[in-house]
Amino acid sequence: MKKVVVGMSGGVDSSVCALLLKEQGYEVIGATMQIWQPEECSIEREGSCCGASAVEDARAVAECLGIPYYVMNFREEFEKEVIDRFTGEYLKGRTPNPCIYCNQLIKWGAFLERCKKLGADYIATGHYAGVIQLPSGRYTISKSATPEKDQTYVLYNLTQDQLAHTLMPVGAYQKPQIREIAKKAGLPVAGKRDSQDICFIPDGDYASFVLKERGTLGTQGNFVDMNGNLMGPHKGTANYTIGQRKGLGIAAGKRVYVCDIDLKTGDVTLGTDDDLYKDRLTFDTICYMGEEVFSEEESYLAKVRYSQSSVPCKVKYIDKDNVEVIFDKPVRAATPGQAVVLYKDGWIAGGGTIRK
Amino acid sequence: MIYLDHAATTRTDPAVAEEMTKWQTELYMNPSAFYQPAVRVRMKIDEARRKIAGFLNVNPAGIYFTSGGTESDNWAIRSAVEANSAKGRHIITSSVEHPAVRNTMRYLETKGFEVTKLPVDKYGSISAEDLKKVIRDDTVLVSIMHANNELGTIEPLEEIGEITAERGVLFHTDAVQTFGHIPINVEKCRIDLLSASAHKLYGPKGIGLLYINPGIKFGSMLFGGRQEKGLRPGTENVSSIIGFAKAVEIASNRMEEDAKRESALRDKFEEALINNIPKIKINSGASARLPGIINLTFPGIEAEPLLILLDSNGICASAGSACSAGAIEASHVLLSAGLTNEEAKRTIRFSLGRENTDENIEKTVKLLKEIFIEKEEHR
Repeated sequence: MKKVVVGMSGGVDSSVCALLLKEQGYEVIGATMQIWQPEECSIEREGSCCGASAVEDARAVAECLGIPYYVMNFREEFEKEVIDRFTGEYLKGRTPNPCIYCNQLIKWGAFLERCKKLGADYIATGHYAGVIQLPSGRYTISKSATPEKDQTYVLYNLTQDQLAHTLMPVGAYQKPQIREIAKKAGLPVAGKRDSQDICFIPDGDYASFVLKERGTLGTQGNFVDMNGNLMGPHKGTANYTIGQRKGLGIAAGKRVYVCDIDLKTGDVTLGTDDDLYKDRLTFDTICYMGEEVFSEEESYLAKVRYSQSSVPCKVKYIDKDNVEVIFDKPVRAATPGQAVVLYKDGWIAGGGTIRK
Repeated sequence: MIYLDHAATTRTDPAVAEEMTKWQTELYMNPSAFYQPAVRVRMKIDEARRKIAGFLNVNPAGIYFTSGGTESDNWAIRSAVEANSAKGRHIITSSVEHPAVRNTMRYLETKGFEVTKLPVDKYGSISAEDLKKVIRDDTVLVSIMHANNELGTIEPLEEIGEITAERGVLFHTDAVQTFGHIPINVEKCRIDLLSASAHKLYGPKGIGLLYINPGIKFGSMLFGGRQEKGLRPGTENVSSIIGFAKAVEIASNRMEEDAKRESALRDKFEEALINNIPKIKINSGASARLPGIINLTFPGIEAEPLLILLDSNGICASAGSACSAGAIEASHVLLSAGLTNEEAKRTIRFSLGRENTDENIEKTVKLLKEIFIEKEEHR
């Protein structure tokens, strides 16, 4: 019997993941990853994935399924690999996606390594995504059957070896089906609401988090308009992300958005919504998933933000480490630090980190 | 199942459980009541107190029942320093204490007390010389555990007691891990306060005691009725007190024999591990040590997956301390004893008890051998 460790957050998706795999005949072990100091999460919220209530829910599901259950400690790794990187990127004027780091370095890093050591053949998660093997032999992530829940974007940089040891059974179902399965099986979390925010910043106040962790809000400087005219001082570059409108604290007489952050000068450029649309971007730290190399002839669908729909594009290599993406139609607020993920036929060809 | 986690807790002795049931379902009366059945309950509690006091060789008037080791530690330390704060606000402890002591100290620090933590050697033992160096005229309390729960090392209580007595400083010891396992001489060690718990010696959970030297200035932490002379109010946990006394009675009859047998088993276990698993490191090798505790650092695999592997083969062992959710954290005891963070994360404790057999040990060694030899071959 193949052994699989299911990462259980206490939510309905990972709970059903464990259930499905058990029904498929795997030897299932449940594990909750302790990744953030619970004492820091003083406001325990339903749906946050780090608190003791999450552990309690996951444990109740494990009991219901009759599977062994453990809480595994990844706090040190999380602090180092995710938190430090997350705040560090903000201070570099970028807008990181911590879920991507967490997936690559914690779930498919330290967690997978530990699970291999305890003799597991696979790890599994409740992500809305699938793992498939292409005719070429390469593994890749396929889009979820529930488009509005699709989580493939945050999984684009997993390696072939990581994918070969991964099961994601939830992606084949519609979200309502998952709830239905949970309800039918009598899982105690069937009606639990979905989690939304970054798990370690439940109040969504990233800037305060950066300030608390690093003691700074980034580079001080000024707001400037698209022509470089001074508009007044800002509160530190880490407060801002491309496309941001709220919380700028400036009266410009019209709707203005953050269009650029320049760490060298400290300038935060404000412009109109139209100014946010760009027809190209460049990315580096290339990850190849379904493809070994991108084709400059074929068309891809590119996604530049978790919550944004994908856009047709072409790619062009600047050199072997830097790629330019040329969109058929301009896209809004492509942000340095976020990922660009290239899709082909419903699966991930590859992606990278947006630089410009 | 092979249970090798007796330092965490022990199975309640069936004779203890049987005795307890009677005092729950038949003689359930409140010992403070006036009628004869209640008086019988009171008499039984008195007897339990005498039995335990006899085992400790102390005055029964000094034995106060509590909810367990944590309460005893909290009470001992807080009341001792509060009742004697006119003398000073300095406390001395070690860097390897149980969280019940450690976090009480941390709390007192926020209340203006100064806490000195003595360093330990590689086995987790403090030195009397170090104590002499840091003890001061305004020191009110020295709190050093009898033996460490992770490394099993026995602290030099007699030497400590000599120093505290000479300097007129109160001496508390957390004897939760040793009570009923190895002898302790309260008088000779000049101990003023001693915490113990029943569930580590095959008694029930949720009952413990604090021995208070009747001659010291001491107060109460809880306020209520007159139970335990008003110092620890609340209706007595009758059946557990009786179970505690029964467990102590059993322990007093077989402690020496158990210790001898467990030490031999432990030595055999350690030897087999050293001979069969390359690069394994034994941390619990102090000359004065508890009979049942073995603490080991394994090569190349963290405690977490190793414990899961053992667990999936029915073997119960533990590592470090667990956070509220149950995740394993690198132990402060091991770090204080000089292990690196990486080593501490690869460290496991086996603790033997009455029910363990040669066969248990052989099976465990065989499994560990498979895990480690297999792993080597994978490379």
